Amino acid sequence: MLEIKNLYAGLDGKDILQGIDLKVNAGEVHAIMGPNGSGKSTLASVIAGKDEYEVTQGEILFENNSIVDLDPEERAHKGVFLSFQYPVEIPGVSVTNFIKTAINETRKAQKLGDMPAAEMLKLIKEKADMLEIDRKFLSRSLNEGFSGGEKKRNEIFQLAMLNPKLAILDETDSGLDIDALKVVSNGVNKIRNKDNAIVLITHYQRLLDHIVPDFVHVLMNGRIVKSGTKELAYELEEKGYDWIKEELV
Amino acid sequence: MKPETLNKKLIMSFKDKLLTSYIALEDYLEFDSPIHDVRNKAIKIFEEKGFPTKKEEAWKYTSLNKLLKQDYSIISNKENNVEWKKVRPYFLHEIDTYKIVFIDGVYSSFLSETTHDDVDVCLMSAALTKSKFKPVIETYFNKIAKKDGITSLNTAFTKDGAYINIPAHKEVQKPIEIINFSTGSEAAMFLQPRNLIVVGENAHVQIIERHQSLSENKVLTNSVTEIFAEKRAYVDYYKIQNDTDTSSLIDNTYISQEHQSICHVHTFAFGGDLVRNNLNFYQKGERCDSTLKGVTILEGNQHVDHNTLVHHTAPNCESHQDYKGIFAESSTGVFNGKILVDKIAQKIDAFQQNNNILIDDKATINAKPQLEIFADDVKCSHGCTIGQFDEDALFYLRSRGIGVKESQALLMYAFANTVLESVKIPELKMRINKLIANKIGVSLGFEL
Repeated sequence: MLEIKNLYAGLDGKDILQGIDLKVNAGEVHAIMGPNGSGKSTLASVIAGKDEYEVTQGEILFENNSIVDLDPEERAHKGVFLSFQYPVEIPGVSVTNFIKTAINETRKAQKLGDMPAAEMLKLIKEKADMLEIDRKFLSRSLNEGFSGGEKKRNEIFQLAMLNPKLAILDETDSGLDIDALKVVSNGVNKIRNKDNAIVLITHYQRLLDHIVPDFVHVLMNGRIVKSGTKELAYELEEKGYDWIKEELV
Repeated sequence: MKPETLNKKLIMSFKDKLLTSYIALEDYLEFDSPIHDVRNKAIKIFEEKGFPTKKEEAWKYTSLNKLLKQDYSIISNKENNVEWKKVRPYFLHEIDTYKIVFIDGVYSSFLSETTHDDVDVCLMSAALTKSKFKPVIETYFNKIAKKDGITSLNTAFTKDGAYINIPAHKEVQKPIEIINFSTGSEAAMFLQPRNLIVVGENAHVQIIERHQSLSENKVLTNSVTEIFAEKRAYVDYYKIQNDTDTSSLIDNTYISQEHQSICHVHTFAFGGDLVRNNLNFYQKGERCDSTLKGVTILEGNQHVDHNTLVHHTAPNCESHQDYKGIFAESSTGVFNGKILVDKIAQKIDAFQQNNNILIDDKATINAKPQLEIFADDVKCSHGCTIGQFDEDALFYLRSRGIGVKESQALLMYAFANTVLESVKIPELKMRINKLIANKIGVSLGFEL
């Protein structure tokens, strides 16, 4: 589904990503771990198409087509979703209206008409229940005054509503207490199926107790330096990142 | 002849034309008009002061030169009719309202819906000629309007406009719309509506004012509105400025507030060639509340200048100003907000905020807060920002599949939200949301 080949990308002529190779197939969950400043969030933003990053070398293929030159909204229309580490506050636009707009804009791009109101309502109810989100929350202004946990839950709600092929979750566990972490993880696990893929970007292993990855990759200085299965995450939790650095030397 | 000299000559000639017309107009007036003296004094002030120039500090960023070069028709006596179908969109037709409508400065009985039941929602021309209105005219007319050149010009030519008098304790059940249409029957038209609004003790009223050209011909409107809010009166006033690119407006609004009165003025400036809003609040009694809010969205070569004054002359009052501006292409905006606190006006809370987004490199905003405080125990604050769209916010919205234009629109709504959310007539709010959506060319498929 997603294939990244020898990707170099960065800001202002300075490459942060220095030759990333990553292949994610449908039905898989990949975790990308790494110390601060290793380029994890940059990788997420580059896949989703943030303008300020420049791809200087390499390729990002989504379902075998290059998406490097596509706008963020075009990537979204193809089925790429990024759950933000720091979701933006939009006063005056309710969660419901925002998600309706997002869904209908995507449908418009796919030459489909607006989703019928009844169907939309049913979907909203179903997904809100799944994430234990109450009705009042949905009529609040998007992310305005939300707690860290509410923001993340709202991101996963959007994920559930938009039902993308590829979901990149950037530090979704940060700011969540253990109960919220369980709810959010359960939600992600319910969304997970054989036709979609999930990339988890995280600092800590604790999220991976709840959302069990098929593969774990370690990102350092803009490169994937080690890949393995979920056991690698435990090893990192126990020993930190220094031993990998040593190994590399 | 040097261009500047020619310029001056043309402007002089418009002034001369006005002065000459005044003599003709005075001859028509009833001998016992209650405002004979007021007019005569006013024309003398105009003769002396003329139109404002950029040399005056308050007009530094707005030049009327280009506008004053036109050869305007000054007085129209023709009754020009327009089809309801053509003007319907400019009314808040979803709800029942009183309507005071003028076409090329002449009252349209066909489009209006006035009343004398309990409240007077009618015409200035009637108020000026009928003896029963004489006491009100004598008490209020031209009492708070500034004696500057441009306001005096309007005063001298006072012919028609809205006359609204709400007696004490009366809550007006439906909003009042004041709409000035121009049909383009003249190549260039100069209009001077004059409104007087008196809101009695503990009375409530909501008013929507609009100026709308129906053609591509030039229009210059020099409007004066005086509003008197008596004790505990409540006035909710909306100015919708979304006129054509060949229409310009100088709006002079003066509001006098007595004890515990509440006055809110919202100005939505989306259109027109040049718009100058002189919005003046005078707080005369204690515990008044004045709110001045505005959203300005401009493009092309549009120019909008908000010149506000809040004069605190009594203690324990509040004033809130919140102006948001979004400027695209080569448009220019001015925000000049003055707060004047007299020595006696202790314990007031005056707040002013002005935030601007410049979308294109050629867009300009001149922002100038002016605080003059002579009292020593007051809370005064002001904040002004000029910036661009938040790139992170745009990326967030786009990453959800929302196109770049629609994403910008959502951010504009979010930016203007503190002003939009205080619009108290739901149908009007919806209308304004639609105007904004049309202005930026998006359809969001939901009502905000």
